[in-house]
Amino acid sequence: MTAATVTLRRELVGLAGIVERNVYLTKRYFLWDLAFMVWTIANTLTIVFIARAAGLPPAKENAFATALLVGAVIWAFLGIIFEFMTETVAWERWEGTIEYTFMAPLSRSMHLGGMGAYAVLYGLLRATILFFVVAAFIGVHVPDANFAAALALLAIASVSFIGVGMMTSVLPLISPEKGAQLGFVAQGLMLVVSGVYYPVSVMPEWMQAISKISPATYAIRGCRASIIDGAPLLWSNVWPLLVIAVVSIPLGLWIFKRGERYAKKTGKLKRSG
Amino acid sequence: MSSLATPSTTGTSDVRRSTPAVEVRDLRKDFLRRDRRAGRLARRRRWPALQGVTFTIARGECVAILGQNGSGKSTLVRLLSTLLIHDGGEATIFGHDAFRESRAIRMLVNRVSVEASFFKKMSAAENLSYAARFYGMTPKQTRNRIPEILERVGFPADRRTEAMEHLSRGMQQKVALARALLTSPVLLLLDEPTTGLDPRSKLEVQDFIREVRIEHDATILLCTHDMNEAEALADRVGILDRGTLLFLEPVEDVKRRYGVATLEEAFFAATGRSFEAETDDDEERGVFG
Repeated sequence: MTAATVTLRRELVGLAGIVERNVYLTKRYFLWDLAFMVWTIANTLTIVFIARAAGLPPAKENAFATALLVGAVIWAFLGIIFEFMTETVAWERWEGTIEYTFMAPLSRSMHLGGMGAYAVLYGLLRATILFFVVAAFIGVHVPDANFAAALALLAIASVSFIGVGMMTSVLPLISPEKGAQLGFVAQGLMLVVSGVYYPVSVMPEWMQAISKISPATYAIRGCRASIIDGAPLLWSNVWPLLVIAVVSIPLGLWIFKRGERYAKKTGKLKRSG
Repeated sequence: MSSLATPSTTGTSDVRRSTPAVEVRDLRKDFLRRDRRAGRLARRRRWPALQGVTFTIARGECVAILGQNGSGKSTLVRLLSTLLIHDGGEATIFGHDAFRESRAIRMLVNRVSVEASFFKKMSAAENLSYAARFYGMTPKQTRNRIPEILERVGFPADRRTEAMEHLSRGMQQKVALARALLTSPVLLLLDEPTTGLDPRSKLEVQDFIREVRIEHDATILLCTHDMNEAEALADRVGILDRGTLLFLEPVEDVKRRYGVATLEEAFFAATGRSFEAETDDDEERGVFG
C-alpha cells in the first residue's frame, strides 16, 4: 500500500470512529431521543392543523397540509444536522473530551465529515418517521408522491447543509459562552428566508434575494413538488444545491480551521464557559 | 504477561531514533488576562504562562516537572500535545516541529490529564473503541486489545460495559491510562495523573507508569505537584515556577546543589517560597480566561 492509501484508510477509519461514537451516544441517550421525537411530532401537528382551520375545500386542504408537513419535516431534518454540527464542539466541551479529540491524528475534514454523515443518516430516519406519523395522524393523502425523487434531493441538499453546519460549528469554538446560541440564530435566519411554511414570493425582495443562497429553499421547493405533484428530480433544484455544496464545504472547513487556530492561540479550546 | 501495546499501528515508525524525544528551546506562551481586582471593565493584558523554557528529554527517559498550581505545567503539556499554539521559541518531538508538523506529532504523543475526560454515559469499552479509531485502529485490531489493556490496568472485566459515570475516580483514571496506551504513544504526557486519587489507586497508577516505561519503551513527561511521586518515578526532576523552569536535574544533584535533604526544601531555596498547593491551575493564572 502506498503512503497515500495508508493515510486515506486511516482517515476513513477515523471517520467511522466518529459515526461509531454517535451510535453509542444515540443508544445511551435513547430515552432523550424518544422524548425529543414526541416533542417534534407534537410541534409538527400544531403546524399542520393550521391547514384544517383554513376552511379550504378538501383537495386544497390536503395540498396545504402536505406543504406544511413537508416544510416542517425538512426543517426538523435541517435542525438535526445543525444540532449535530454545532455540538461537534459544544457537546465535547461539556463532556470534557474535546482536547482528546483535537489532539488525535484525525483531519478536521474527516472529523466534521463524520459528524455530518451521522447527522444525515440519523436525521433521515427521524424525518421519515416524523413524516409518516404526522401524515397518518392528520390523514394526509399523497397518492402521486415521488418519494424517491424527494429523498434523492434531500440527500443532495444534505451536503450543502453539512457545509453550512461546518460554518456554524465554529461558533462555540470562538465563543464558548454564546457560540451554541449563535448557531441557533443562524438556523432561525435560514428558517425565515427559505419558505418553510409559506412561499418565498410573499417575502420582501431583499429576503427573496437571501433565500437564493439558502440550500433549504431548493430542498423544500423540490420536495414539495415531488411529494404533492409527483415531480421528478428537477435540475433547477439540483444545480443550486451542488453550487452551494461546492462553495460551502471548503469554506466551512476553512472557517473551522481558522476558528480552531484562534482557540489554540487564545486557550479557548478547553474553556467551558 | 502480555505486552501492553505494540508500537506498530499508529505511525510510531516515524520516530527518529537518533534525535532526542523532546527538545524545547526558549518556549514562550502568553495569554490575555483581565486583572480581576480591577473589575470586569479592566483592559486585558498579556500574562506570561511560560517564559523561555528550555530542556531536552532523551528517548526512554522519565522526566518530572514539578510546580505549584498555576506554574504553567498544563500549558507546557498542551503545547507539546498540539492543543495550544506558542508565542515564541521552538519545540520538537522526535525531530518533528511541534507546531508545524502537528499531524506527525499526534501519532507519537498521547496524554493523561487530571480530568479523566470521557463521554460519561458511554462505557469504558465504548470510549476506548471510538478513540482507537481516531488513530486508525480497526475493529479487528481493537477487539482483543481493548479487553487486554483494560485487564492490564486492573479494570474489572464485569464493568467494561458500565457507564463511566458510575465508576470511581480511580477507575476512570485507569481507563484514561488505558486509552493513552492503546494508541502506543512513544511520548506519554502525564499531567497530574494521580491528583485526587485515593492512596491505593495512586500507588497502582504509579506502579503502572513504571511498568509502561519498562515494557513499552515510552518516554514520559510527568507534570505533578506531588514531590514524592516525582522522586519515585523520574530520572530527572525540574521545577517550573511562574512559567520559568528553574532547573532539570537528577534529584540527588538538586539536593546537593541547594544543600538540602528534600525537594520541598530545594523549592524553598530556589524560590524563597514554600511549596503549597494553590487554587485551580490554569484558572488561577487566567490562562483560559
